[in-house]
Amino acid sequence: MIRGILIGVLAVAVGGTAFWGYQEHQEKNAILINAENNYQRAFHDLTYQVDLLHDKIGATLAMNTQKSLSPALADVWRITSEAHNDVGQLPLTLLPFNKTEEFLAQVGEFSHRTAVRNLEKDPLTSEEQETLQSLYEQAATMQEELRTVQNMVIQDNLRWMDVEMALASGEETTDNTIIDGFKTVEKTVDGYDETGFGPNQVSSREKEIGYKDLDGDFINKEEARKIAEKYIPVPKNAKMTIAKGGPNKENGFYSVTYKKGNWEATMDITRKGGYPIYLLQNRDITDQNISLNEASKEAEKFLKEHNFMDMELFESTQYDNVGLFTFVSISEDGVRIYPDAISIKVALDDGSILNFTAEEYLKSHKTRDIPEPTISKEEAKSMLNSNVKVQDDRLSIIVNELGEEVLSYEFLATLNNDTYRIFINANNGVEEEIEKLQNAEPIYENLV
Amino acid sequence: MEWMSRQVKWFLIFTLATAIFFTGNMQEASAFSEQVIQKGAVGEDVIELQARLQYNGYYNGEIDGVYGWGTYWAVRNFQEAFGMEIDGLVGEETKHMLEKATKYNKQFVKKNIRNDRDFTHYGGTGLDKQSGPKDNPQGSEKAPSTDPKKGQGAGKSGDPGAGKAGDKGAAHKDEQPSDPGTNQAPTPNTGEGDTEEAPPPDQGSETETQQEQQPNKPTASNTPNGFSQNDIQVMSNAVYGEARGEPYEGQVAVAAVILNRVDSPQFPNTAAGVIFEPGAFTAVADGQIYLTPNETARQAVLDAINGWDPSEGALYYFNPETATSNWIWSRPQIKRIGKHIFGE
Repeated sequence: MIRGILIGVLAVAVGGTAFWGYQEHQEKNAILINAENNYQRAFHDLTYQVDLLHDKIGATLAMNTQKSLSPALADVWRITSEAHNDVGQLPLTLLPFNKTEEFLAQVGEFSHRTAVRNLEKDPLTSEEQETLQSLYEQAATMQEELRTVQNMVIQDNLRWMDVEMALASGEETTDNTIIDGFKTVEKTVDGYDETGFGPNQVSSREKEIGYKDLDGDFINKEEARKIAEKYIPVPKNAKMTIAKGGPNKENGFYSVTYKKGNWEATMDITRKGGYPIYLLQNRDITDQNISLNEASKEAEKFLKEHNFMDMELFESTQYDNVGLFTFVSISEDGVRIYPDAISIKVALDDGSILNFTAEEYLKSHKTRDIPEPTISKEEAKSMLNSNVKVQDDRLSIIVNELGEEVLSYEFLATLNNDTYRIFINANNGVEEEIEKLQNAEPIYENLV
Repeated sequence: MEWMSRQVKWFLIFTLATAIFFTGNMQEASAFSEQVIQKGAVGEDVIELQARLQYNGYYNGEIDGVYGWGTYWAVRNFQEAFGMEIDGLVGEETKHMLEKATKYNKQFVKKNIRNDRDFTHYGGTGLDKQSGPKDNPQGSEKAPSTDPKKGQGAGKSGDPGAGKAGDKGAAHKDEQPSDPGTNQAPTPNTGEGDTEEAPPPDQGSETETQQEQQPNKPTASNTPNGFSQNDIQVMSNAVYGEARGEPYEGQVAVAAVILNRVDSPQFPNTAAGVIFEPGAFTAVADGQIYLTPNETARQAVLDAINGWDPSEGALYYFNPETATSNWIWSRPQIKRIGKHIFGE
């Protein structure tokens, strides 16, 4: 009797568990398929975009009139950005797939720069034609390789989820057709690496700038420690950790760390010359006792104390209980030099300096020979949109899209309730940059 | 004597004038605090500054308590018109001139800020005409469904936007607007140390008066150029999920790597694209990104956005103890912070 009941209960329990397990399994499968579908869409879309890219670059080669060339190049630019977007959705981060992404970025940059140029006045040079030709060939190889992979994926019913599993488990030795296929794509693109672009092509890769051009001799650990003591308010002979870092000696730095309870302070100091790259400190700041204005005075004092001369406050902002200040260096004639920027973060409870960074300043600061502007302020002003109302102007040096330093007239102008910063090249009147300045953002918590 | 009476007259006029001047001044001068208000500042002084500049028509933007560009030009134009030094700094002289030239109806501004209404503070027009409906339509749509009773109760007290007669907004202090959404007290500023609690919506006028004494809260906040509060939130989530046990510097460095990737052609071009790239961050893969980040993570993100890069330009980082990929070891390394090695 009891045995019978027991068997009955157990049978129900087993049946229930089985049913529950089956449901869980179904749910898991549904989610897996959903994820797989997303990967499949991104992948097939990528191959389609590369197909299209190849065709479009081909079409631009055959074009004769500059009028049709501009829209075609703009199309190429749009396609590269779509393809780039697709790559970003595939689980390829752990694969060395960056050559392909770089290729897409370079095509994008080239096509964008030529598309926005007035090609009727300034047609493609023969070098640029060659570049286009070579891009066309690269796109062709890439298309071919991707199609091969795509074909295998379709034929053999390959799953991207398996790729992800293989990558996540770190078993790269496993024979995985998709991974191998993409590695081949990568190799073919890599082969073009040296040839692709003419000397005029500014690579999208950042120019190598480091700390090697700084004045002064190399410092050792003990000197680094002495410099750190000037910035971090530590007790005498406090224990600090000092470590070497950086790719090589010239561009290297010492990282100094000091920790006491909740308070952490770290700073990097260049090995060449012993300049402070940044200082970071963290502590809780719960109230505001001084105004932003007083804090900005503290920041100015700090700069003078540490021998950063001729700096002008450019931006000040309050975030909760800290003030953030950006300074730029200024020439004798009052020209603002934007690349030479230093940021300082000040605590508004006691006015102490929390953070400091001179990274940009150290990488770009040098003695500059600032030329006289060739066009007058009035001429530059006449090139502005007639709807804006100029509120303020000055001369400044900025880094333009091509990465060159240019002297420009800076106009701060308003249009309705928005403020714009407009830079007009002081030599040729080109609109170098127009920036809509950020307005304060409503706090949405309050609105909902 | 004629001479004497003249002197007496002058004396009387003088005392009277001083009395008027001082009493008039005392009511208003108590408002601004001592500080020199500078561009970028946030707080109650800025609310008053904006309201005053709007009163005489220099400022047309929203009164939100953030000294932004619009306020900056208003201050400069005001300084220019009144023959002061044009520097955009609101110091003693500018404040004094503002107090003389304008009026500030604190209760009116407070009430509207508290109730999240669109409002203006122009002089010469009745203030009751300057208070609009609640700012956010979603809020008013949502509210009735959550608490239908609230809407009915409030509706009794009168016609919504019209207000009672009299040009002072403060006059209709007891009036409950019928729009149920406006009954929700605004949540205080984002500041972490804030202990103020938003009172439950259905409280009587007693709490209202209590609220009047609380300082005005700005209704907007500064954000770094090109980033919204929500972007910062998403990045804080990523940083918290990835590096919450790390030193502060390590958290800033993780945020900086995300930004370096956004700038790099090899990676997606938005912060969200970089963070959610499949396989890029373990915290995204295992769902730790959905934990609620703390204030430290948010500060770290803000520092990174504002230019601090302790990773010195790194695009990758990994934990040597748990890294499975051999490839990651082949990348050139820059430095080690906490448990992570950062590399190009």
